[in-house]
Amino acid sequence: MPRSAALYFVVLLAPLTAWAEVTLSGFVQQNTAFNTVAANPDNRHYKWLEERAQIKLDATEGAWRLLAKGDFAYDHLGRNDQSELREGYVDYAASNWDLRVGRQIITWGLGDLVFVNDFFPKDYEALFAGRPLEYLKRGVDAVKLGAYPEFANFELVLAPDFQESRIPDANRFRLYDPMPTVTNRETVKPGQGDAGLRAYRDIAGYDAALYLYRGFQRTPSMRPDNMTAPARITYFYPGLSTYGASLSGRAGAGVLSLEAAYYDSREDRAGNDFAVPNSQTRLLAGYQIQPAEDTSLGLQYYAEHMHDYGAHLAALPAGFPADKRWSHTVTARLTQFFLHQTLRFSAYASHNAGNGDHFVNPELRYSFTDRWWGAVGANLFGGKPWGQFGQLAHDDNLYLQARYEF
Amino acid sequence: MKHWWIWLIAALLPLAFSGQAQALTGEEVMKKSQAAFLYPGKDFKARVVMKLINKDGQERVREMTMLRKNMGEAGGEQKYFMYFFQPSDVKDMTFMIYKYPARDDDRWMFIPAINMVKRIAAQDKRSSFVGSDFTYEDVSGRDIEDDSHAVEREEKVGDRDCYVVRSTPKGSDADFGHKITWVDKTSFLPLKEEQYDKKNIRYKQFSADEIAEVKGIPTVVRRTMKNLQTGHRSEVAYLKTDYDLGMEDSLFSERFLRQPPRKWVD
Repeated sequence: MPRSAALYFVVLLAPLTAWAEVTLSGFVQQNTAFNTVAANPDNRHYKWLEERAQIKLDATEGAWRLLAKGDFAYDHLGRNDQSELREGYVDYAASNWDLRVGRQIITWGLGDLVFVNDFFPKDYEALFAGRPLEYLKRGVDAVKLGAYPEFANFELVLAPDFQESRIPDANRFRLYDPMPTVTNRETVKPGQGDAGLRAYRDIAGYDAALYLYRGFQRTPSMRPDNMTAPARITYFYPGLSTYGASLSGRAGAGVLSLEAAYYDSREDRAGNDFAVPNSQTRLLAGYQIQPAEDTSLGLQYYAEHMHDYGAHLAALPAGFPADKRWSHTVTARLTQFFLHQTLRFSAYASHNAGNGDHFVNPELRYSFTDRWWGAVGANLFGGKPWGQFGQLAHDDNLYLQARYEF
Repeated sequence: MKHWWIWLIAALLPLAFSGQAQALTGEEVMKKSQAAFLYPGKDFKARVVMKLINKDGQERVREMTMLRKNMGEAGGEQKYFMYFFQPSDVKDMTFMIYKYPARDDDRWMFIPAINMVKRIAAQDKRSSFVGSDFTYEDVSGRDIEDDSHAVEREEKVGDRDCYVVRSTPKGSDADFGHKITWVDKTSFLPLKEEQYDKKNIRYKQFSADEIAEVKGIPTVVRRTMKNLQTGHRSEVAYLKTDYDLGMEDSLFSERFLRQPPRKWVD
């Protein structure tokens, strides 16, 4: 892959420079995360240990634009497939519509590490292993059509192939597994793609948006072939449709964000298949203020409500942990800049009131020069063994990032 | 000559009026200055190169394209759009401000790393603009009504005749005691400004270092803000400055925050 990617760059670049306005940029980076509590399941002491280089090509000519970001990575922990095309797309922009075709990162919605209407694939492993924030999102190979008539703005995203979110690797993180003895496992991905639509406009000074999605859950569900004597487990991505809305604007001294969505779990509308997530309502309220110069504080309240809770409980096999009907989570993020905004301290904390699930991520980042920056931070997890963060209670890590940009 | 005094008044009248015209109040001077400094043209574009220099001479560079459009009269609503070129870790970041007189701005930021548009809280117009010695207010203006203004004297800055205006915040919540502005009597541009803290100690100093005529409009194309207490200073050059380019309202939108049009941000 790296060799062929490099070849593509050269082949693309030569005619492009003659034709369009081209800029090349990129970075080299070192990223290390080491365990502070216990070794990995594979007995290694590092969650992450790699060097990485990114080349970004940006070419514009009239209404056309080409952008390609290619990563070349060397992983010290035995993965050989970390080089990737992060983004690669062509844009065409007309006066009141535009089109983007190719691999692209899309983020919708208002949440800070809480996702209500952001249906696009994430990389949770990157988040938990102390990688830079941009690796939280995975690109989707899609067509995005934007239309901007007077009365509202529209974005339609069509992806011919389904792209899943990346969950942490079981060799590096301790993931909750209700059937650890079953080793015969397979993953079945949906054979079709998905579609999302966002419509947005200003309403009396507030940013209002509606969201529709028809596709699949981005994280897999598991189904054993037999409940009493399972021999094989199949991971699959249940069908999902969502209908959501968001609103944000000034309220008092800060910015208020409100978001809601109905998650229609199409493959189990009655809620009596334990392997498929129940239909849900998700609600988010966020408030961000600037209490002092160079300081910002963001608070969020996030709730998930299961629609067919009785059926869920009735269908749950013995030994499987039961979720609560309502899940309440609060999060806080404090960001403080120092030294003319070259030193930044930020701390994010999330706590679930029902099961004590929590996640804390403090980080200190300093720009040594306009090109060099480094960051040191920690990921701290806790809660019940089956909780999203509780299962990672022994995966606490300290991380370092250093990057030179050119 | 019964009515000699009428002739006398008639003779003196023009003098009286011209005298009045010259004796602008502090508020009038600052209004004209705001119009000349922050509102000229229907719209405005510049490539802004900002050097942040510490007392040891170490430099950091912030470079952006700044677009500004007036939504009405001088002193009224404005929209700003900024696209960052430097430093490299914020390249492609965009920033949009809807500025309203007498209430807080609306601000949005586009973070290219995660492709997300975020609305950001902005109650503090006195906070630093991108880490420089300039505040948001220094870049986009402070409401005239927030201070009381008095012309203290007239004096020259270099060879330019200036009004010297003392502005004192009306409210008690301001973070400075007062400021003194030297406003050019002809162009009404501020040539110098000194900010004093509440203990009456001078702590910040602005200077307009170079003024050029752009489409006939006198424009401050080089300026410096110096923090006298820390020795840190910010030097700003406005390159490729231009006015009245016909920017449409739709440019100041989420669409273009996400995909800034090359024609406007080069």
